Amino acid sequence: METAPAFSPKAVRGAIAALGVGVLLLAIGWYVGLFVAPPEHYMGEVQRIMYVHVPTAWNAMLVLSFAFLCALAFLWKNDWKWDARLEAAVEMGVLLSFLLCVQGAIWAKPTWGVWWDWDPRLTTTAVMLVAFVGILALRHLVDDPRKRAVWSSVATVISYASVPIVYFSVRWWNSLHQVQSTPQTVDSAMVTPLRIAALGMLFVWIAFVTLRSQLARRRLAQELAPPPFTTATVAAGGEG
Amino acid sequence: MRAVAAAFYKDVLLGWRGRAQGMAVAVFGATLLLLLSFAVGPNAQTLRQLGGGFLWVALLFASTLALTESFRLERENRAIEGLLLLGVHPAAIFYGKALANWLHLFVLGLLLLPVMVVLYDPALDGIAGVVGVLALGTAGLSAPGTLHAGLASQTRAQQVLLPLLLFPLVVPVLIAAVRATSLCLLGDPMGQARSWALLLLAFDGVFWPLCGLLFGHVIEE
Amino acid sequence: MQCPAPETGPRAMNETRTAIEARGLCKRYGRTWALVDVDLCVRPGEALVVAGRNGSGKSTLLRVLAGTLRPDRGEVRLLGEPVRRGRAALVGHASFTYDALSGAENLRIAARLLGRPSGPTDVQFFLDRVGLGARGADRVQAYSAGMRKRLALARALLQDAPVVLLDEPYGQLDPPGFGLIDRLVDELREEGRAVVLASHQVERLARICDRALLLDAGRAAWSGPATELPFVFQRLEEASIRAVAG
Repeated sequence: METAPAFSPKAVRGAIAALGVGVLLLAIGWYVGLFVAPPEHYMGEVQRIMYVHVPTAWNAMLVLSFAFLCALAFLWKNDWKWDARLEAAVEMGVLLSFLLCVQGAIWAKPTWGVWWDWDPRLTTTAVMLVAFVGILALRHLVDDPRKRAVWSSVATVISYASVPIVYFSVRWWNSLHQVQSTPQTVDSAMVTPLRIAALGMLFVWIAFVTLRSQLARRRLAQELAPPPFTTATVAAGGEG
Repeated sequence: MRAVAAAFYKDVLLGWRGRAQGMAVAVFGATLLLLLSFAVGPNAQTLRQLGGGFLWVALLFASTLALTESFRLERENRAIEGLLLLGVHPAAIFYGKALANWLHLFVLGLLLLPVMVVLYDPALDGIAGVVGVLALGTAGLSAPGTLHAGLASQTRAQQVLLPLLLFPLVVPVLIAAVRATSLCLLGDPMGQARSWALLLLAFDGVFWPLCGLLFGHVIEE
Repeated sequence: MQCPAPETGPRAMNETRTAIEARGLCKRYGRTWALVDVDLCVRPGEALVVAGRNGSGKSTLLRVLAGTLRPDRGEVRLLGEPVRRGRAALVGHASFTYDALSGAENLRIAARLLGRPSGPTDVQFFLDRVGLGARGADRVQAYSAGMRKRLALARALLQDAPVVLLDEPYGQLDPPGFGLIDRLVDELREEGRAVVLASHQVERLARICDRALLLDAGRAAWSGPATELPFVFQRLEEASIRAVAG
């Protein structure tokens, strides 16, 4: 294993720029979606949460896929920068999944009268949330940097691989009870602000993940500092 | 292959020697079934409907004890490191242990089955199907369970970490096994049990190779 | 690091191929470095003693040589090839046994995993060789620490590896056990295997081994003929006492 990756000021500057772009796009997308676009036929104003919910859903999936790729990259290449990125991606994935579940509950209560409607996508998200919280817990409980990196990569790969099966089984289980699922199809007039908001969120999380992984790199550099190579031999007449 | 057979023999022998502990785990599972029935109350109809589900919940919780135990024996005296020192491939160690754990969990399930029948009073004509589901379902618990138990056993908080890591992963197994078991016990007019069993098979087909591949990373230093 | 020609040992003039070659080994545990830039070289039929105070890195070095620990830097080659687990037999501090099984069963499992003959007589041979012949059927749970050490030795012998690494082999053994280790080291050298022993028994091993390596805080402080080890070791002790007192 080589030395830890260096801190990169260029990446930080790029991240801050991306953050600026992202916030701007989000502001535009949400302004249009929340104030300008027409309300949906049946659900009225409540449906506007879609402008937050759908971008969050797309981006949560993207972040977790990115975490999966980082895990694979680390196991294959043994390069510490992938562990730093994995750490950042898992944290962001937990945050977005949590927000997704909260948004789902906020939508469900006025619509169905219950906080949780066992929608397959949302239920899968809840399961994934627990899985990735477990991975974060794993990272906190392991002190050795190499073991921490390897084990969390293994756990991430396995958790991600289970997503399709979890989703499929929940959807099937749900279909037997005929519960109305969260509508995901959106009217074409509403697609544009949706996409803008999603793009904005993409920039925002890329910015945060970059900054967070830089922090992780700094910590790794401290943990992986090479030994002091001072001479300290006791010469005693033999070969040194 | 030979190494897998030798590792399997080793784990089965250890399991047999530790059968007192195994019985304690079974008693724990039975107690869980009893406690869960209290949560429902003495309503025979409801109990009958929930029996299949509770069987699997109890089995899942009891399995964490069994899985933790299988690695405790490897940790004391660093036996698993000894196996690696002999040049045994980590995947062979994994498959020997996962197969043995499958057997242990299957036996555990068979021991809990009569307890569930007594407490929850389901119809008995679907029992053969339930045994089949037990076989497939415990296989689904064993592979990821063995992997994560191997990982958790090396950390400070293994009692907490193993369930936390394992349970989200085996949600499909739980869903499919509960559905299939309930269908076998309560009647299956549309013949859906077979589809759930196929889902279990698919889960096993994905995770047995995947976990075997990744196990080496977990036990190496 | 060039391997110097051995002055002693039954294979002094015959072997030029090295059994163990290590270069620049570094290993850390968390924040502490257990090994820093250690080189060593052992020929087939040679015995090397690794000495040093507690915490100097002896056990870590042996585990790296066995291939069970990956060094953070440096490399190890066994018989010319990159180290692979199974090529070296290690008798460590842990006994690597299953307490719930008997001594004979532990050996039988090891034999099966290695693909060696695992019948009762095959296993009994190794139990006899380490003096456990009568206690093979008892569970390891009931063994004393010395008996566990003997069982670990039997396992290492069963492995039939060209490199044998013994970490504190004299620890926990009784006086007959000391004689057993001395005999085994001689036998292993006769068989052309490379033996590395980590031990505090500096005087004893100076007589039995060919070469010595002294570790101090993870670094190679000195290496040379084993006969000189006691003097070097004493000088190191005196120097450290002076450093503390002065």
